[in-house]
Amino acid sequence: MPENKNRQFLDFERPIKELFDEIEKLKQIAEKTKLDNSNYIAQLEGQVLEKRREITAALTSWQKVQLSRHPDRPYTLKYIQKITSNFIELHGDRNVKDDKAMVGGFAQIEGETVMMIGQQKGINTKMRQLRNFGMANPEGYRKALRLMKLAEKFNKPIITLIDTPGAYPGLEAEERGQGEAIARNIYEMIRLKVPVICVIIGEGASGGALGIGVGDRVVMLQNTWYTVISPESCSSILWRSWDQKEKAAEQLRLTSDNMLRFGLIDAIVPEPIGGAHWDYTEAADLLKQYLMPTLKELKQQSPEYRKQQRIEKFGKMGFWDEVTVQQQQPNNNI
Amino acid sequence: MKQEEDFDANLAGEDGTEAESKTSWFKRIKKGITTSTADKKETPEGLWTKCPECNYICTVTELRELLFVCPKCNHHHRIGSEEYFDILFDKNYFDILFENIRSKDFLGFTDLKPYSLRLQDSWKKTDITDSIRIGSGKVNALPLVIACMDFEFIGGSLGSVMGERISRAVDHCLEHKTPLMIICKSGGARMMESAFSLMQLAKVSGKLSQLTDACIPYISLLTDPSFGGISASFGMLGDLNIAEPGALIGFAGPRIIKETIKKDLPAGFQRSEFLLEHGFLDFIVDRKEMKEKLTKVLTLFKN
Ligand SMILES: [Zn+2]
Repeated sequence: MPENKNRQFLDFERPIKELFDEIEKLKQIAEKTKLDNSNYIAQLEGQVLEKRREITAALTSWQKVQLSRHPDRPYTLKYIQKITSNFIELHGDRNVKDDKAMVGGFAQIEGETVMMIGQQKGINTKMRQLRNFGMANPEGYRKALRLMKLAEKFNKPIITLIDTPGAYPGLEAEERGQGEAIARNIYEMIRLKVPVICVIIGEGASGGALGIGVGDRVVMLQNTWYTVISPESCSSILWRSWDQKEKAAEQLRLTSDNMLRFGLIDAIVPEPIGGAHWDYTEAADLLKQYLMPTLKELKQQSPEYRKQQRIEKFGKMGFWDEVTVQQQQPNNNI
Repeated sequence: MKQEEDFDANLAGEDGTEAESKTSWFKRIKKGITTSTADKKETPEGLWTKCPECNYICTVTELRELLFVCPKCNHHHRIGSEEYFDILFDKNYFDILFENIRSKDFLGFTDLKPYSLRLQDSWKKTDITDSIRIGSGKVNALPLVIACMDFEFIGGSLGSVMGERISRAVDHCLEHKTPLMIICKSGGARMMESAFSLMQLAKVSGKLSQLTDACIPYISLLTDPSFGGISASFGMLGDLNIAEPGALIGFAGPRIIKETIKKDLPAGFQRSEFLLEHGFLDFIVDRKEMKEKLTKVLTLFKN
């Protein structure tokens, strides 16, 4: 977690930055003058928390998308580090290469072995390149599936952490079957014999997210988004312009509260006030508080029951009208 | 740099400009079929068609007899469910199932136009009720359920109705122990249904899993074009994945890839032949041989 002075601020977080600047100034004055102004500083720090609360209470859909992409936001490996112990990262799809945009491996949560898998974004320019901005290639999805099968073999639950702007749209990705890789994962995840919990921790963009997103429970952290296309691409296709991303975000109803209301996710996991980037430990603890009882609950179900439930749950998704049409005669106009 | 065809406009429920040559061509054929004799006299030019690949000119009637395959260059024209059912089902005799399931604008989605209006327009413009039709009939006396997409209905987009109709088709196949074939022809997801359209990938995959457990064959036939969510789910999950020659098939559209890699795409990229070469298709089948090949396959699965 960055120190307060190194924090980055989104436009709508500016009021917090101003408070920080003021606190910093007061501290410097105190240093120089040796006068005690700690009361005043404490007061301002209280205001910071209040500001964080105030700002997140009134976010638009687009601002939530921005928050999910906050440069200081914790990524998959951070959650793994904070939630689990004895994590051992496993590499490669045994076929093409090791995709750095997808990470995974065995770890322990409170003594119990689980398989942790997720997209990984980079924390600085160099790492962002290496991680391909969290956009996995087919080998990333195949590595994820290999690890899931490994977990299944040893009867260990799987937790996936989803954070991707989409599967990578590249030339080699197509050559190696990006569509097939995602399709295979979706199909196999429905059939896995072990409990699967999927958590959207940042961006949940389309097939790239769903490729590790089919489970007994699918949940979203509070300030994340999940839908079929990014608001930017949606704007470019439906509005024929890149400028309508705010509108697209609104229309897509991509926020966690909407997704829960639609019955497309099972729960919302709260974040620290103002967003997960304010306190990594607290964010991880809040997630862990959801995971522990849920794992326990799922482990009591039989593999067959879990599979049936997954098919049924996803089978109910969608909206349509059922109209009465007159009984159609078989087409026989030879 | 050369322009890549993309299906964005079709997915938005409009007629494309880049895809114009192919889509308008296809509609003219459709019109030729559906209009009355009197109309035909008024629009005789609609009865002549030009191949977008080699410019070969012939009449719609002639082309129809050739199963909409160009006699000069073997270009497979884009056709719809009506034509595929006619080509594949014995004596063009089949039941249409689940037509009562219709799209609705649950989210109140509005882009340049409300989704509800786009639906109204599509119902008015076409004689189909959504982007997929389910036909149950026989192929050389072998029972088969065919779920066939129609590109002209909002770009063949994958929405709740497609998901639900396929799901019910699977239930029908399970009940009657009938094999299933999905004929794919789609630009991708129906964005106006947002996350609901994404979840259809998981929904249909779950249903296909039931076919697997019941040992019922599922064949995916990919035709031009098959993109996005289609290839990232049931399009690539067939016991056999097969395709028509020259069909564009992929996850990301050519335009997006070109913008990402900032280079022209190699010739033949994302065509059926490219997919066969890279190991994602079992075989490519000419439309003229499709029924016979399908019969062979269904017989082999059976015995
Ligand atoms: Zn031709």
